[in-house]
Amino acid sequence: MRGILTVAHLTLHEVKGRKVALAALILGVAFLVVFGVGLYFVYRDMIGGGLGFTPSRAQQNVGLSFLVMAGLYAVNFLMVMMAVLMPVDTLAGDIRSGVIQTLVTKPVRRASIVLGKWLGFWVVLALYLVMMAGGVMLIAWAIAGFEVQNAPAGLALMLLEGTLLMTLSILGGTRLSTLATGVMVFGLYGLAFIGGWLEQLGAVLGNVTTQNFGIIASLIVPSEALWQLASYVMQPPLIREVSITPFSVVSVPSTGMLVWALVYTLGALLLALRQFGKRDL
Amino acid sequence: MNSVIETAGLRKAFGSKVAVDDLTLTVGRGEVFGFLGPNGAGKTTSMKMLLGLVTPTAGVGQVLGAPLGDVKARAKMGFLPEHFRFQDWLSGREFLRFHGRLYGLAGGVLTRRIEELLERVDLLDAADRPLRGYSKGMLQRIGLAQALLNQPDLVFLDEPTSGLDPLGRFLVRDIIVALREQGASVFVNSHLLSEVEVTCDRVAFVKRGCVVREMALAEQAGDVTVELKLGHVDAALLAGLAQFGRDVRQVDGLVRLTASDEATLPDIARWLVAQGVSIYRLAADHKSLEELFLEVMGEDERPG
Ligand SMILES: Nc1ncnc2c1ncn2[C@@H]1O[C@H](COP(=O)(O)OP(=O)(O)O)[C@@H](O)[C@H]1O
Ligand SMILES: [Mg+2]
Repeated sequence: MRGILTVAHLTLHEVKGRKVALAALILGVAFLVVFGVGLYFVYRDMIGGGLGFTPSRAQQNVGLSFLVMAGLYAVNFLMVMMAVLMPVDTLAGDIRSGVIQTLVTKPVRRASIVLGKWLGFWVVLALYLVMMAGGVMLIAWAIAGFEVQNAPAGLALMLLEGTLLMTLSILGGTRLSTLATGVMVFGLYGLAFIGGWLEQLGAVLGNVTTQNFGIIASLIVPSEALWQLASYVMQPPLIREVSITPFSVVSVPSTGMLVWALVYTLGALLLALRQFGKRDL
Repeated sequence: MNSVIETAGLRKAFGSKVAVDDLTLTVGRGEVFGFLGPNGAGKTTSMKMLLGLVTPTAGVGQVLGAPLGDVKARAKMGFLPEHFRFQDWLSGREFLRFHGRLYGLAGGVLTRRIEELLERVDLLDAADRPLRGYSKGMLQRIGLAQALLNQPDLVFLDEPTSGLDPLGRFLVRDIIVALREQGASVFVNSHLLSEVEVTCDRVAFVKRGCVVREMALAEQAGDVTVELKLGHVDAALLAGLAQFGRDVRQVDGLVRLTASDEATLPDIARWLVAQGVSIYRLAADHKSLEELFLEVMGEDERPG
């Protein structure tokens, strides 16, 4: 445990020392400012008659929900980038440079080193998500009085998506080079992304083959299914089915998919511990 | 138990490339052990097997009484890698603090130990600067301090002087000597023989993954090279000198021969005086480790 916490602490230092945290913070704040300003003007038009008519509150909510989901969709994408890129070099890079050698010869299990790094990055990822998604929700509430429903559940699902991809990125680093890991994880993410769309498209068109194809892709990498689940729980029933958008969910991923994502993440982590535990350094 | 390292038939092959063929050796408690050989001989791989960084393909070993790779035994080991690279965003002090915590040290004990070591390796004034601004020699010194944080019983140093200027080398030598005085054992890989010569109790020569010769450095007291500068040299004189040793030869106006014992020197002097030959110089030199190294490695060994 001492080893895990020390390595996690060291990892937080790494995130800070390599200016990752600073870059993420500055760009994150910039994103939130742009989102807030945009939302402010749209909302002002909405209630000030700028649209040519004054929508009812229910109509306003449709528009606001769309904007907030668009904001969260962008946040989701940024979080995916963070999840993959932040730890992509941590093992592969330390192994290549030799930094790892003075760590693994300490009286600490190799598994503790991987778990410590995992924990450190996970904390940063969670903070980042809370700051960004929480920021979007807070801005919508402050400017337009709009409340996202099931926000905690939605955030938890997004965090699970990030955790899954982050774990894959760490797993890749136990065997592959930094570049190969990045290519692999983003490739898998792309597969899941296309799969998610195929599933929705298949559902809209009533094409079961396409839909099943999408579901298989989601089984291979359940990241996009988690985003769809998150966006499903965070939207009121009426709105989420009106049109096809990145956050309309016609075919709702099942609870089975959620369980699978959890098992998947845990499995990837255990595999990473095993691979790193037995390799020559 | 009086040995800190004991191995039998350790072997490591990377695919078809055999890095270490058969490593069987014993290092005694309190001994400074030099592991010598040309580049590519398998020194680093051997050390990595002892440290549990690399899993042997075959063979067994014990370090500090525990099987290779044992996590707990590492609490009493220190290691400075050959191609050391450290977390360069940390300052020297932070670097030592994190590594100390990995050793299970904390609080005032760790703080005191860090300050002590920073002073020992002469880095007190640079301690709060990030490692990315350190020179190679400074990194090696902070790496050395890192290896000593836990007051180890056994220290592994892989080419500890390769990146250092003469002052840095003296420092490493002093640290090794101090470790021996404290009763710690040191296992040092090197191809810089003159450094090792002055610090090691015992050395092993490795060649292509095998230990080809092992010896205590005191043992080699035997052979001495005698160098003479004489007023007059002829064939009869050279033939006469042969009674005192072998390999009598004439080089650059000097006469050299290899005697088996320093005690022959006065005899040589007496004999020369009796022959009426003037002596301008009579010197005796132990065979250097370097000469031994070349002898052991043989003609067929090309630079690695
Ligand atoms: N990970 C590895 N994969 C393949 N070959 C290796 C690996 N590590 C070392 N070797 C090879 O094993 C031999 C011994 O290397 P090494 O132990 O580093 O020698 P030394 O430290 O004596 O210079 C070299 O020929 C080297 O190329
Ligand atoms: Mg080496």
